[in-house]
Amino acid sequence: MLPEIEGFFRTDKLPHMWCPGCGNGIVLHGLVKAIAELGLDKNKVTIVSGIGCSARAAAYLDFDTVHTTHGRALAFATGIKLARPELNVFVLMGDGDCSAIGGNHLIHAARRNIDLTALVFNNSIYGMTGGQASPMTPSGKRATTAPTGTLERSFDLCELARAAGATMVGRATAFHTRLLTGLLVKGHRNKGFSLVEVITQCPTAYGRRNKMGQPADMLRWQKEHAVDIKAARNMDSGQLQDKIIIGELHRSTAPELTTRYRQLIQELREGGGFLD
Amino acid sequence: MTEYTQPRLMQGNEACVEGALAAGLNFFAGYPITPSTEIAESLAGRLPKAGGVFMQMEDEIASISAVIGASLTGAKAMTATSGPGFSLMQEGLGYGVMAEVPCVLVNVQRLGPSTGIATAPAQGDVMQSRWGTHGDHPVIVITPSSVAEVYTLTVQAFNLAERYRTPVILLMDEVVAHMRESVVLPEPGQLQIVNRPRPETPPGVYNPAEHAGRPVRPMACFGDGYRVHVTGLAHDATGFATSRPEVVNVEMTRLNEKIPATAGEIIPPEKICCDDADIVLTAFGGTARAAMRAMRLARRDGLKVGLLRPVVLWPVPERAIAGLAAAGKRFLVVEMNFGQYGREIERVAAGRAAVYGLYRVSGELITPAEILGRIREVA
Repeated sequence: MLPEIEGFFRTDKLPHMWCPGCGNGIVLHGLVKAIAELGLDKNKVTIVSGIGCSARAAAYLDFDTVHTTHGRALAFATGIKLARPELNVFVLMGDGDCSAIGGNHLIHAARRNIDLTALVFNNSIYGMTGGQASPMTPSGKRATTAPTGTLERSFDLCELARAAGATMVGRATAFHTRLLTGLLVKGHRNKGFSLVEVITQCPTAYGRRNKMGQPADMLRWQKEHAVDIKAARNMDSGQLQDKIIIGELHRSTAPELTTRYRQLIQELREGGGFLD
Repeated sequence: MTEYTQPRLMQGNEACVEGALAAGLNFFAGYPITPSTEIAESLAGRLPKAGGVFMQMEDEIASISAVIGASLTGAKAMTATSGPGFSLMQEGLGYGVMAEVPCVLVNVQRLGPSTGIATAPAQGDVMQSRWGTHGDHPVIVITPSSVAEVYTLTVQAFNLAERYRTPVILLMDEVVAHMRESVVLPEPGQLQIVNRPRPETPPGVYNPAEHAGRPVRPMACFGDGYRVHVTGLAHDATGFATSRPEVVNVEMTRLNEKIPATAGEIIPPEKICCDDADIVLTAFGGTARAAMRAMRLARRDGLKVGLLRPVVLWPVPERAIAGLAAAGKRFLVVEMNFGQYGREIERVAAGRAAVYGLYRVSGELITPAEILGRIREVA
C-alpha cells in the first residue's frame, strides 16, 4: 500500500473481502486520497455505510466507522451530523442500498441540504446477494432476478439528487480515479449535501452475466463510455446514448441544515421569550 | 416556590417530555403519529431552547436510525411513536440492541393491527415490544399508569438505557398518554441521572476486548478520538464482524444475559392488598386504574381481592408473580388485548395457581364494573 494512505487504514483488517477485479478497492483508494488531501483530523472523520459489498469498506478505515442497516446510512448520518456538527461525515452506499431501499432517505437528505458527503458505489447490481437487478441496472441488462434482461428503466441518481436539492453532484468511474478524488474533495468542501456517484465494476455478479469480459475490459468500457460534462454539453441525445456523463454535474447554494439549526439554538437562547 | 414544587395539570405525553428533558435528552427524531404526536410537538419547541436537536424525519425507520446515530456521538436520544410506527422501528431497534446503543423508544399504543383505530386505547403491543425485532435479544419495557409515573419512568428509561447500553421501550397506552392529572415534579437535583460507561483510557488506546468479561462494556463515542467500529453484524469483543461460532456464541450469550432476569424487579411491581387476597387482579397501564377501582368495590362487598401492577413488563417480574402463585392466589389478568401478558402470568404461575382473564379489544377502556362482574364470576 502507498505510504501516504496506509495511515488511514486498519491494516490488521486487510486483506479486504472483495472479489478479485472488484472496483471497490479503487474507489476506497480515491476516498482516502481525498481525505488525505483535505487534511482532516482522523479523529474527526466519521464513516457511515449501509449494507452490501461497498458497505464493508467502513471496517477497513481507521476512523470512527459505523456499518448501519440496509438503506439507512443517510438517516444514521443525519443523527450523527446534527448531534455533533464538527464531525466530517462521509456516507458510503451501494446502488441498491442508496436508490432502492434507501431512496427515501436520499431525497430527504438532499432536500435538507445537510452537510454530508455521500459516495455511491454504483456497480449496477446487488453483488453481496449474488447478482440481483437494482434500480441502477441499465435497462435490458441481465441479473439473477432479470434472467432475460431487466424490463425497467434505471435511475439517473445524480439527476435525482440534484432535483431533490443536493448542492453538489458529481460522477466518476473507477477508471477516472483522479476525478473521483477531486469530486470528493469538492463534495466535502461544499457546505451542504453532496453526492458523488462512481461507476465501478462487479466482474463476478454483473460483468460475467452480461458478457463484459475481464475486469480490465470493464475498466476499458468505463473509459470508452465516459464523456466529460463539458464535452457532453455539445452533444445531442443520440450521441449521448449509452454514455456516462462524468465530472461535476451540478453546483448550487442553499442554507445548510446543521448551520441553520445551530443558528436557531443561538437565536432562541439570545432572544428567549417566544417559545416559553 | 419553584416551578417544580407547584402542582401542575399535565398530560401524560407532556410528562414524558418533562421527564426526558430532566434525564438529559438532547436529541429527538420522530414522525407524526397519533396518539404520540404531542411529544414531538412539544419537543420541537423545547429542545432547541435547551441546546438540543429536534428532527422530524421522513419516516419512523429514519427516526430510529437518526436516534441511534446521535447516540453514537454521546447524545441522549429518544423517539416517540405508536403501533404502526413502532412496527417500522423494529429494524432500528434490533440494530440498537445488537450494537448496544442506548436510546429510548416511546410507544403510545393504539388499537391495531394496521391503522386500526388511531385514537382508541389498546395494549396490543406487549408482545411486539418484546419480540418485534428478529433474533433472540434482551429488552427492557416499562409501562406507567399515571401522569406522575410517566415522568419518573421516562427518567428511569434513560437511566436503564445508559446503564445497560441498550434501547429501552417506554410502553404507554392512549389513556395514560392523553389523560390529564395534577402532578408535582421533583426538583431536577433530586433525580438520579445515570450516564453510560465511558472508556477510562486516553483517546486512541481503547480496546473494548479488554473488557470482554464485563456484561456492559464502556462505550467510546464518535468524535472522542477512539476511532471505534460499530456494526449490526455479529461481532467479537473488539466490535468487528465475525462469524466464528465459538466467538458468536460467547458474545450472543453475553448480550442476552447482560440484562438479568431479575431486572423485572428493578422497579418493583406494585402489590396492593395481596396478602389476604384470594384473587389478585393483574393489570398495567391505564387498565390498572380501572382494576384498582374494581378492587376497592370488591373489597367493599367483602371479596378478598388484591392488585398486582407490573411496572417493568419485560423482563417479567417473575419473583413477584411466582411468590403469589406459590401462596395459592388466583390471578385475574385484565388487559386491552387478547391475553398477551396473561399467558406470561400462566407461564410463571406454572400450574400452581389458576389464571383467569378479562381481555377485550374494542377501542374502549375496560370498566371497573366489568372487572367486578368478572371477579364475581370467578370468585
